[in-house]
Amino acid sequence: MSSSAQNGMGDRLDRLAEELTQAFDESGCSVERSCGEVTLVVPVEKMNDVALRLRDDEQFAFEELIDVCGVDYSAYGQSEWQTEGAPNSGFGRGVTSLGELELKESNRFAAVYHLLSITHNTRVRLRVFVDTEQPIVVSMVSVWPSADWFEREAFDLYGILFDGHPDLRRILTDYGFIGHPFRKDFPLIGQVEMRYDSNLKRVIYEPVSIDPRTLVPRVTRDDNRYLNEDGAMQEAGDA
Amino acid sequence: MPEIHNYTLNFGPQHPAAHGVLRLVLEMDGEVIERADPHIGLLHRATEKLAESKPYNQSIPYMDRLDYVSMMCNEHGYVRAIEKLLEIEVPVRAQYIRTLFDEITRILNHLMWLGTHALDVGAMTMFLYAFREREDLFDVYEAVSGARMHAAYYRPGGVYRDLPEQMPQYQASQWVTGRDVEMRNETRQGSLLDFIEDFCNRFPGLVDEYETLLTDNRIWKQRTVGIGVVSPERALQLGFTGPMLRGSGIAWDLRKKQSYAAYDRVEFDIPVGKNGDCYDRYLVRVEEMRQSNRIIKQCIDWLRANPGPVMLDDNKIVAPTRNEMKEDMEGLIHHFKLFTEGYCPPVGEAYAAVEAPKGEFGCYIISDGANKPYRLKIRAPGFPHLAAMDEMVKGHMLADVVAVIGTMDVVFGEIDR
Repeated sequence: MSSSAQNGMGDRLDRLAEELTQAFDESGCSVERSCGEVTLVVPVEKMNDVALRLRDDEQFAFEELIDVCGVDYSAYGQSEWQTEGAPNSGFGRGVTSLGELELKESNRFAAVYHLLSITHNTRVRLRVFVDTEQPIVVSMVSVWPSADWFEREAFDLYGILFDGHPDLRRILTDYGFIGHPFRKDFPLIGQVEMRYDSNLKRVIYEPVSIDPRTLVPRVTRDDNRYLNEDGAMQEAGDA
Repeated sequence: MPEIHNYTLNFGPQHPAAHGVLRLVLEMDGEVIERADPHIGLLHRATEKLAESKPYNQSIPYMDRLDYVSMMCNEHGYVRAIEKLLEIEVPVRAQYIRTLFDEITRILNHLMWLGTHALDVGAMTMFLYAFREREDLFDVYEAVSGARMHAAYYRPGGVYRDLPEQMPQYQASQWVTGRDVEMRNETRQGSLLDFIEDFCNRFPGLVDEYETLLTDNRIWKQRTVGIGVVSPERALQLGFTGPMLRGSGIAWDLRKKQSYAAYDRVEFDIPVGKNGDCYDRYLVRVEEMRQSNRIIKQCIDWLRANPGPVMLDDNKIVAPTRNEMKEDMEGLIHHFKLFTEGYCPPVGEAYAAVEAPKGEFGCYIISDGANKPYRLKIRAPGFPHLAAMDEMVKGHMLADVVAVIGTMDVVFGEIDR
């Protein structure tokens, strides 16, 4: 992309961020900028109002909902190898899993929406944190009908409930599947395995027989290129 | 008088016209569809969760296996999201190579779509024609990456290697000898670019051939005109992108509107439909093949004239060459660290989208500063398209369901992920 095009895009995003702050500051929303993108963090109870305004207000005109996805933040920032202080103890090569997850944290789940405005050629991302015990957020199906399957997917994989969704069934997992597989406390190898039993003459489910294995440990390096002057990790996008 | 009930028809998952593993539960009133309920997920492999357990680069081959008929476009979406996180710029030559291969991929995809769509609707010949041309393009994939389909050719920072100077040739064997080998190697005497150029010169004529078979064909028109009509407003509400949106008359193409790679430096037009039916989407895609051909030609000219690096020169992200690794201590360390651990992008999140042949293919990555993505969400273009199935087939006949599945260009690798 040529630099002039990028600058034009940057100005437009600055303007958008400003307009968003002006319009939604009162509702308790906050605007974040990173990687040339704008994120609006919306309180869960304001979601419907904000969405309607983003769609119908001409200065925003986000007529298309591109994507909805769930996020589970419970293992955010955890590593399987602690690089600090390792010279004293050394690394163990075998790593089985992450440590304890912070499952009680109130901001465990979030629903993330990506919107696109064809009119203004801009994008915005909405993030709504939902309650951990009762992860409920209002459904966007009445605002953007394309939310239908995306919300079913977020429900299936993360267990986020969308209030007002006409048909909140599982979508990607097997018929009769138990659990929400993309949550961080759901093992990568799954809970059950399936095989055909020739005696019973049908397919049966059994607990998994394989062990979880980590090939490359999750590790966070404080890469010097991305450190601020005071030594803190800088966010992608703030130069 | 006997009571007449609606009955439920199970279409797929093993139906040849279901394009993979789609199970459609159709509620029918005689021959007319009252309600369609697609059941998906039969090919669900949890790609996104697998990606969370691997360093960034190791997930590139998974991208090929999402939409397995437009492999390199998926890779492009993924590496662009990583590049955005890492804030790196790709060398110009790599951007042109990516543009070239994105367009080759688009032709591959549209040929596959055209062949199978026509086959489903009753035109056998199209299928054979389309697969004949796909063969040449697979050879191009193979020449550049070693794999005919799942290339894993794009890497964060550029592409894996430069285009080969010599197009691989057929060898004589027990079954193919003498004149036959020579004939097959006729177009393979020069470099890869010569081979692609030869294809480009032939291709418009071949598209004409397809069009003679279909565009004015009475049966083809009877099966596609007025079927699965979507208004432009509704297409936006339903989250349509790509040819599905353009078929309804909205000139929206990320290559033009939110340009990436070298698309702002090549000339091409965006075809749009008028009526939003299967026939218009057919016309749009056929014209896209011609436009892709035009872009490929411009890329070839540029690539011939401008040699240069195809990969970023930063060994913190890009693996050193084999020689550097063998001879240089630092190269060895970089190689070891990259392949045992990978790189750690800064904390943040990025969404990058490309205009894949089926529509907007986007990758949303959340990084918490580790060597693996914290969350990867793949936005597959086919997903919202298939979600509109119920609306598009309601009131149509059973046979039209097949035409609508065809026109959506669904591939379950990306929808089920």
